[in-house]
This record gives sequence, structure tokens and C-alpha cells, in this order.
Amino acid sequence: MVGNHAVSWGASLSRAEVISAYPITPQTQVVEQLSEMCADGRLNARFIKVESEHSAMAACIGASAAGARAFTATSSQGLALMHELLHWASLGRLPIVMADINRALAPGWNIWTDQNDTLAQRDTGWIQLYCETNQEVLDTTIQAFKLAEAVDLPVMLVLDAFYLSHTAEPVDIPDPEMVDVYLPRREPRYRLDVNEPRAFGALVRPDSYMEMRWHQQSAMDRARAEFEHIDREWENLFCRRYGAVESYRTEGADLLLVTSGTITSTARFVIDRRRARGEAVGLVKMKMFRPFPADTLRTLLSGVERVAVLDRNLSPGRSGIFAEEIRAALYDVDPEERPALYGYVVGLGGRDVTPGTIDDIIDRTRGAAAPTREDVWVGLNL
Amino acid sequence: MVASQVLAAALFSEGREVQSFPAFGVERRGAPVTAFLRVDDAPIQLRCEITEPDDLIVLDPTLVDAIDVTSGLKPGGSILINSDRPAEHYAALAGRFRVATVDASAIATRNGLGSRTQPIVNTAILGAFAAVSGLVGLESVCSAIEQEVPGRAEANVRSARDAAAAVASAVAGAA
Repeated sequence: MVGNHAVSWGASLSRAEVISAYPITPQTQVVEQLSEMCADGRLNARFIKVESEHSAMAACIGASAAGARAFTATSSQGLALMHELLHWASLGRLPIVMADINRALAPGWNIWTDQNDTLAQRDTGWIQLYCETNQEVLDTTIQAFKLAEAVDLPVMLVLDAFYLSHTAEPVDIPDPEMVDVYLPRREPRYRLDVNEPRAFGALVRPDSYMEMRWHQQSAMDRARAEFEHIDREWENLFCRRYGAVESYRTEGADLLLVTSGTITSTARFVIDRRRARGEAVGLVKMKMFRPFPADTLRTLLSGVERVAVLDRNLSPGRSGIFAEEIRAALYDVDPEERPALYGYVVGLGGRDVTPGTIDDIIDRTRGAAAPTREDVWVGLNL
Repeated sequence: MVASQVLAAALFSEGREVQSFPAFGVERRGAPVTAFLRVDDAPIQLRCEITEPDDLIVLDPTLVDAIDVTSGLKPGGSILINSDRPAEHYAALAGRFRVATVDASAIATRNGLGSRTQPIVNTAILGAFAAVSGLVGLESVCSAIEQEVPGRAEANVRSARDAAAAVASAVAGAA
């Protein structure tokens, strides 16, 4: 099963009730298969085809406000076009789930993987979960609805273009009845209902807007613990667990890589090979980016000599975005315990990140006396 | 692309771990495309392109003259080319690699797949690959075609079987 279809299966098993999508590039097979599932009756959902991604999110907002379980999928420029409504979904406290296939933004036109599309939406108030395998994609789609509905915030699940979206690999499809046990019908606390009128999207004056934002922030704070809870519950039923942050072979390591997405898999291969040679290297995988798992990262990274962060993204004028956030999280660690943090920009616009790339990063990190002020770009041909 | 997914499904049905993915630019029929397939007995961790393959399948024979299709192919690796020429024609490659050819275009056309100018050769070539590689059973490939190919399952399976039979004699001739 390709990653795109893993999303379709996840949304279908979650019994999404309204799916709205723009059907042309940068759209993917995600909604193509969902539209087939709706057409042939396998999925009892309303499929709303719209004229833009902006409208797709607007339809999801309306459906979710009315109490439906709403889903959409997009990518790159499509996500950028939704920007305004992403804020609306989050501050409206609507548990919409959206899959984004990480693709680079144009120009130049590029359909390959790059995290800048989702990271540019960092401050819109969406929970963000990055996936490494197609199994994780399917499982996370279902988990995303449970998490969203538990804290009343929208969730973006994120998968790499091509390395997941178009990659076929074995995926276990969970038993639908067990998924129904895990994720019962949505029970919204408030909904658009003509018999019980309420104001939605009304004017909110300075005397209450700040409180709305505080509630949004405290829901994000709750989402960290809530994710651990729903992830454990998933494990109890399906024997798989991911964690907001996963540590891989970190015991006794003096150098840790921090990765997200599919780079993680290739990095595991490199770590295994180096461990077999007796080298004390390990890996920390970040699945959750919003809310930011700062406490977990502080615990895992404190006391390690060197940490290398791999960013398939860039905040121009600053650095890789994961590296920057991790640096900030480590600021209040005791200086004796604080690792030297090395930032690397890799794989932009889908450039292949191979075991050689990761070996190069480990060697550079070991060889450097101290981190440079700017991130190091790896694999650059100027 | 479809060929790599069908082959992945065939290998998966034999209990192997598989990973297949394409690398393409524009998504239209006829545009150059590369597809990759990894197969292993253990779960596959590498998620990057394959630059040093063990086996190579070339669907369009004109590519052999246009680019170095063998770039990165491991010494002693195998090349299966869709071509109406015998394997001996590719003598320059035969020294370093195991070369086999099959006229998948003619076989596909004979089975009514695609047109004479644009035959759909992917199922034929998979039948030939099963025969020459020994990596996957022809029956697994045929079942995978029935399961994965959207239309004309019967003609596609026949095309794979014809190519498997044709390539067997071609290899013997080359040896």
C-alpha cells in the first residue's frame, strides 16, 4: 500500500463523515481513493468537491461546527492557500483532521518532499504529527481524530512526498470493529443546531479574545499528555506504539541525531551499522512538532556531548526550524549538561538523503571543535 | 510504476518484505520515469533512491543508447531489456553484466495491450523478469497482475506468460 492510500484507509476506518477536497495538483491519491470509497458505498460520508483548498478547509470548518467528523488532504501550495482558514479551524476549536504530503513550495515548481509547507503553518494552532512509515501513516490518521476530539484542536498528520506518499510497502489494516472501539462516534460539546442556537464566529472584543487564546494554548498543553494516553491505548489494541518522541539506541551515546519523517528510517540503518562497529551513536525521532515536546527533549538530550539536528526545511535568514526550536528548549538546561547542538540543512526539495549523507553528518559533528554559528548545508553543489 | 508495484505485490505474496517507489517529474504517459524496488527478508529501513542496484529492467530500448542505464549497477548484475534484438546485440554490456532481452513490445501488441506505437509492456516484462531472475515465481507475478492491474487482467497475464516463455530461449541463445 502506498502512503497516500494508507491515509485514505485511515480516514475511512475513522468513519469520517465529511470529506472536502480540491481534486487537482498538488492533490494526491488520498482523496482519489476516498472519493471511490464514498462512491461505491464502502464509506458513508459526504464527499464535497470544491474549487480551491481554501474552500476545502471552509467546508471542513462548516461540517465540523455542525458536529461531523471532517477530513481533508492537501500539499505544498494547497496548504499555503488554506492559511487563513487554518487559524479559523484552530481558534474555532474544531477537531478537523488533515493529511499533508510534505512538498516543497514553488518556485521552482517542485513536487518532491520538503517540510517547509507544514512548518510555515506552525503558528496556526494545529497539532502537527510527522510520520516515518506507511503503517505509522495509517495508524496516525486514526489516532489524529481521537486526539483532535479529546482536546478540540485540529490535527495535521504529515508524510513525506514520494518516500511515503508514492512508496508501496506492507501495511497492516486494523480490524474495523476494533477501530470503532478505539474511536467511537464523535460527541461534540457544541454544534451548529437550529434547535439550540448559539453564536459561532461572532465578534470577540479585547475583554475575551485573550482568554480564547489562553484556552487554545492550554488545549495544546493538554495534547502532549493526551497523545501519550491515546498512543498507549492504541498499543493495547493493535500492539504498535510510536511516542511523541522516540529514542532509538540512545543508551550511552555521546552523539545523538535528531530526525523527523523518513530520514529517520535511513538514519536507523546508519546507527545500526555504526553501533555494530562499537560506536556510541543513537537517534531521537520527533513525531510531534506541535505542541512542542520540549520537556521530553530536554530529558533525552541533557548530558549528551553532541547533538546533530537534521532539518529538511529552512527558515530563511535564520536556520533549520527543528534545530532552532531545540536550541531554545535546551537554553534552560544546566550548562554542564547542555549538549553542543549542530544544525544541518539537508534534502530540500526532495534531494535524496542517503546513508552517505548521514555518515557525513556524523563525521562532521565528531570532527568539529564546536558548532558553527550557522547551520551547515550538506550535499550542496554550488 | 505499475510494474514495480505489481512486482512488489508478487514478492510480498511470497512472504518477502518489499518497498517500491517511483521517481518522476511530470505525471504523464511516456515521460521518462524510474521506479525502485527493494526486497528483503527483514523489514526495510532504507528510504532513499537505489543507486547501486543488483538487477535492472529497461522498458524502453532507446534509453540504452541515450544514457548510461548501467550507472551504479553492481558488477555481475543483471539487465533485462525490452528489445527486438538478441542479447548478443548488447555485447558491450555483456562483459560486465548478465544481459537478457525480450521483445515485450511485440508480445504486448500481440495480446492487444496498448497500440503498436505505444504498447503497454509492463506486464510482459515482469513475466520475463520472473523467468530470468529466479527472484520471484511466475505464478506469483500472474496472481499479482490479476490483483493489481486495473483492466484486461487476462490479456496481461497471457502477455506475462508469453514473455516468460520467450525470454527463456533468448537467455539460452545468449549463453
